This record gives sequence, structure tokens and C-alpha cells, in this order.
Amino acid sequence: MQKIMVCIKRVVDYNVRIRVKPDGSGVMLDGVKMSVNPFDEIALEEALRIKERGANIEVVAASIGVADTQQQLRTALAMGADRAILVQTDAAVEPLTAAQTFLALAKKENPDLIFLGKQAIDDDANQTGQMLAAIWERPQATYASKVEISGGKAAVTREVDAGLETIEVDLPAVITVDLRLNEPRYVKLPDIMKAKKKPLDVTSLEALGVSGGVLLKTVKTEPPAQRQKGVMVKDVAELVEVLKKKGLI
Amino acid sequence: MNKVLIVGEHDGKTLNPATAKCVTCASAIPDAEITIALLGKDTAAVSAQAAALAGVKSVLRIDRAENEHPLAALFAPQLVALAADFTHVFGPSTSFGKDLMPRVAALLGVPQVSDLMAVDAAFRFRRPIYAGNAIVTVEADPARKLVATVRVASFEAAKTGGSAAVETKSVSAALPSHTRYVGAKSGSTDRPDLQTAKRVISGGRALGSAENFKLLFSLADKIGAAVGASRAAVDAGYAANEMQVGQTGKIISPDIYIAIGISGAIQHLTGIKDARTIVAINKDGEAPIFEVADLGLVGDLFQVVPELERLIGG
Repeated sequence: MQKIMVCIKRVVDYNVRIRVKPDGSGVMLDGVKMSVNPFDEIALEEALRIKERGANIEVVAASIGVADTQQQLRTALAMGADRAILVQTDAAVEPLTAAQTFLALAKKENPDLIFLGKQAIDDDANQTGQMLAAIWERPQATYASKVEISGGKAAVTREVDAGLETIEVDLPAVITVDLRLNEPRYVKLPDIMKAKKKPLDVTSLEALGVSGGVLLKTVKTEPPAQRQKGVMVKDVAELVEVLKKKGLI
Repeated sequence: MNKVLIVGEHDGKTLNPATAKCVTCASAIPDAEITIALLGKDTAAVSAQAAALAGVKSVLRIDRAENEHPLAALFAPQLVALAADFTHVFGPSTSFGKDLMPRVAALLGVPQVSDLMAVDAAFRFRRPIYAGNAIVTVEADPARKLVATVRVASFEAAKTGGSAAVETKSVSAALPSHTRYVGAKSGSTDRPDLQTAKRVISGGRALGSAENFKLLFSLADKIGAAVGASRAAVDAGYAANEMQVGQTGKIISPDIYIAIGISGAIQHLTGIKDARTIVAINKDGEAPIFEVADLGLVGDLFQVVPELERLIGG
């Protein structure tokens, strides 16, 4: 194996409390903290661990987004990626467009493995990895909690509803990662300094021949229905009494 | 007319209840004709279950040795071939459907609506984003096929009593050999399935150990409940991964959800807000879980849970 590509998305930070704009045109993003999608951090960490097991592997971090996405790619470089590619666009990028864009990069880069997070915590779509694998005509192993590479194959343990499932895929393949695959490293200051010197190439959808466009039109954005705060009971006896009265137990 | 193809989920013996929920969702599409496709090694038993769902016009059986395990890379090309006759292709928003449907959508060159929670019109739907902190209404082009995963917690299961025609179909699709099933490990129990249980008891990090989770199992067995867990409890190794409830785990809608020692992170709440009644037991009276609970009790779970079990029995 020679090269691993890791796809990274810039998203609103995990800890930000999301608020919907009063006019229903979207969520408030002005001035909020942006981060690397947490699942993609896990994806990158896995690629770095494979690299650090001694093989001479190049790890390339790729992203699609606004110019400021360079910040997230610098974080990826500081974590240990060798170089980064930003496909710069101001347009909203849907999962199918993202998959087509990463496919274009995959055809240039010829990675043996592409890692992505299983979903991004903004649109929660959970699509890009599977779509990329489909149009790349390669295997997919989603929701990985364990990855073992040997002899041109990957054995991947997947978190599924019934428990854990293991599949074997031939490389090149797309692997999307789940929470418990690993714990991403913290970035240290010297690494941030070093990352500034690593190559970060900027390209565009047009240069890659991806048309993009809106396939699913977002008509409006609303806050969810709120649950009403209920009542507090004083002890277990009262709780059981209420539950029995409601026929719940 | 809208022709909806639902990809049925099953284990060879039993049709997953998520499929019946997809039928209810599809029924909300105006002028819909509903077909269920079942891919498997032998779908005789599950096709009979699918045919009994009210509102289903026909059931397609695609029996093939390679279909023994639901591998997306193998199922997707077959579904693409089947999709030719349909306007909509739906699957459940379970690990099965979430893995498979985007691969189908991409091969068809169409977008996917993930976690479809409400049908406004044949090509207009609502879905949650940002862990359910916002709901978007999306509109697709009727000229294209529409692929979606159905957020099963948003729909009741379709009733039985139907008698759909069952047809065995062979699909000519070349299947790749690059993806192979190795094995599975499931924490199978005699308890109800978490995703479809009427009663669910969940534990959080406050349980403190896997050993202490037995308190919850004991209570659950007394009331016939499934047992879930917060991400914190799963990460800490107190509970198995398939027990996780929340944004990245299971989204559930039981009649009663009892959260024990769970503080109520927003990512957890998104998994439970369709529960009819939420009961929260936590020693911290300020825990956010109390903001959404119908019934709250501030107390030490190690005293409350055994007492609860005793009083329910009495």
C-alpha cells in the first residue's frame, strides 16, 4: 500500500448550540466555531496509525468547501497528514457532488484506501462514502470499528444494529469509520508549526470537471417541535403509582 | 401514479419491523402503489410476512445464493435493475438501509433524502439535520427517481391483513466479488429488540461499570423492556455498541423510555424525542434530561432502581 486519502469536512463545532434563523432560511452560522467533522478526525487518525506501523505510506487529506476550509486541512496536516487538497467552492455541496469530486481526486491520486467519517454532524446525511464507493466501482466498508490491512485486503469489523459484523474487501476500497475505531490524537504546538510548511493545493470543481448544482432544494428550515417539561415526582412510590395509572407498566 | 419500491430488511426468517414502518411512510405519498423487494438466499418465509402488510400491492422475491448476507456492493446493482419501474426507492434508516441506499442512489445518479421523517408531497419531504436541532423541508425533481431512507421512529408500523401478490424475480446484474462476508457477533438476548420495543430502559455513565448494568437488565426483564445506553456508557465499555441510543446510534420511539443516570446530551435526546413518555432518574436535579422528561425523579440510581423493581412487582 502506498497512499491513503482521507476526506474531511468543515462543520460547525460539536459543542455549538444550533439555532434556526427566524426567517427559516437556514441555521445561524455567523461567527460560530468551525471544526473538522469528528468522524473524519477518527478517519484521519486511522490512516495515520496505518502509516505509523512502518509502511512507507503517504496520507493525503482532501476537503471541499469555502476558502477557510484551509484551517481544517491545516489541522489535518498538524495531526500528521503529508499533504492536503482543497476543492474550493462557496456553493453548498450535496453528498452526490462530494462523491463525484472525491472520485475525480481518486482518479488523479490513485489511493489504495479512502477513509471518511460515517457521517458529518451538520447534515447527518451518511451518504458520501457509500456514493463514492459506488461510482468508483470499489468495495465499501461502512461504520468501521476495527480495520486490519494485509495482502491487498482489508478485514473490517462494522458496527451494525444487531452487533458487530466483519467483512473482507479487496483494495482499493472506501472505509467509513464509526466512533469507537480509535481516539484521535491531540495536536501539539510544534506540529502546528510544521504543518504550515506542508503542501496544501487548492483546486476547483470546474478544474476537476464536476458540475455540482442543486439536486435537493431546501425549501425551509425550522426548529424541531419541543417537548414540554413534565412533572417531578418525590419518590419511587409516586413514580410507580403514576406509571401504573397511565398504564405504562 | 407514484410507484414506490421498498427494500425489505430481514434475517432470512423474520421481516424486520422497520419494513412495516417504511410501508406507512410510502402510503403517505399521494396515489402510491407499493412494492416490497426482498433479497435473500431463500425469502419464502419473509415474503409471506411482507405480503401480509396492509397497503402493499406486490412483493418481489430475488432469491440468489449470493444474497445470503446483505452486502451493499452486491445488493445495490440488483436494486438498480429493479428500480427501472419505480418513481421512488425507499429503505429503512437502519444500519442495513443506511449502508445500502446511498450506493443505490449514486449508481442511479440521483440524490438521497436521508432520515425522511414526514411526507409533504410526492417529492417534498422533511428531515432532521444537526442532530435533530433543525428540520429541513427538501424538494426533489419529479423527473428523477427519488431514493430515501425512512426514519423509522417517525412512523407507526403498517397493520397486517393485506394479501399482496408474491412474485419470484430474477435480476440480471453482474455482482462483484470484491466484497465478502466473514461473520457476525451479536449480543443476542431474549429481551425485546431495542429499535422496536414498546418499553426501553437506558443507562448512562453514572452506572459506573458493566457489572452495574445488570441492575437495568433485571428491571427490564421484570417489565419486558429492551435495554439501551448512552454513548458515554458504550464508550466506557459498560454496554455493547448495539445498545447505543442517539444521533449516531439508534433512534427509537417506544411508549415509555426510562433514562437512568443519563444527563441528556443533545445527541442522546435526538434519539429519544419520539418516545411517548420519557422518565428520567438522575441524582443531578439540573441535568438537561429533566427538560424533556415527562416524569422526573431526583435520586441515587443505586437506591432507586432496586426499589423501582420491588414496587413494580408488588
